Amino acid sequence: MSISSTFHKWGSPRWFYQFSGRLLPWLAILSLLLLVGGAVWGLAFVPADYKQGNSFRIMYIHVPAAAVAMGAYMTMATAGAIHLIWRMKLAAMVMKAIAPIGASLTFLSLLTGAVWGKPTWGTWWVWDARITSVLILFFLYLGVIALHQAFENRDAAAKACAVLAIVGAVNIPIIYWSVEWWYSLHQPASISFTGESTIHPSMLRPLMATLCGMYLFFGWLLLLYTRIEILEREKNTRWVQDLICGESR
Amino acid sequence: MYFNSVSELFSMSGHGSYVWFSYGVSALVLATLVIIARRRRAAAEQHIRALVRRKDATTSN
Repeated sequence: MSISSTFHKWGSPRWFYQFSGRLLPWLAILSLLLLVGGAVWGLAFVPADYKQGNSFRIMYIHVPAAAVAMGAYMTMATAGAIHLIWRMKLAAMVMKAIAPIGASLTFLSLLTGAVWGKPTWGTWWVWDARITSVLILFFLYLGVIALHQAFENRDAAAKACAVLAIVGAVNIPIIYWSVEWWYSLHQPASISFTGESTIHPSMLRPLMATLCGMYLFFGWLLLLYTRIEILEREKNTRWVQDLICGESR
Repeated sequence: MYFNSVSELFSMSGHGSYVWFSYGVSALVLATLVIIARRRRAAAEQHIRALVRRKDATTSN
């Protein structure tokens, strides 16, 4: 199959709707198993940290929320670019679907970070580079949501959101390296893909579970919201009406 | 289990309220995202059904 025909197929909302329908139950089951399993493991079975005591257990929800919030943003910016360059409608729907999910995950990472900071650093909040750049990420998501609602015209809204999402992507590497570029209360990354991780394997394994679980949960939500977007936009097409009302009408 | 008792698991030697609050709010937010999706989906289906009913009513006349 040539590249252009693959692209064409993926860009078809109808094909995407049918394909994603088969993935939904697997994503739901696997993500919930990993999230709940990893959380129970991290909450009750991993030994306490020698420095932080038990507050480090917040990590098993804080790190996945923050990592997926950033991954979701890059997905949104990529979808925005695809929409601008190839005018793919499905990409605009994906972009719109991601914004509220990403905003929720960013909110969770900020909130759990504050709650973790209180017993660990002695403060809920500091205006340092890591925390401020994640707050900007939250506002970027809110900006995309607000832009979508500000336009009557759907295509104009998608274009404006795509531009904002792409420009805002500058913030992602800033978040990632902020703990190394500037002085910060926030600890640097404990997981390394190139060198040796500074986190004990017994602490790392449940984190891997909740991290994978959160990515899959995001994938599940993304499909759910994109499918709703497809139904709403294609409501006048024969295939959507047959799908909802049955073909025998 | 790492803790010696259930009450120790809840208190986490003083950190329990921070930890359990974090997990509680996270579960709430994630569950809310799923519930919103279900409601929007139901509303979309209802809208499409009404649309089709109207269309069928006009074409059958």
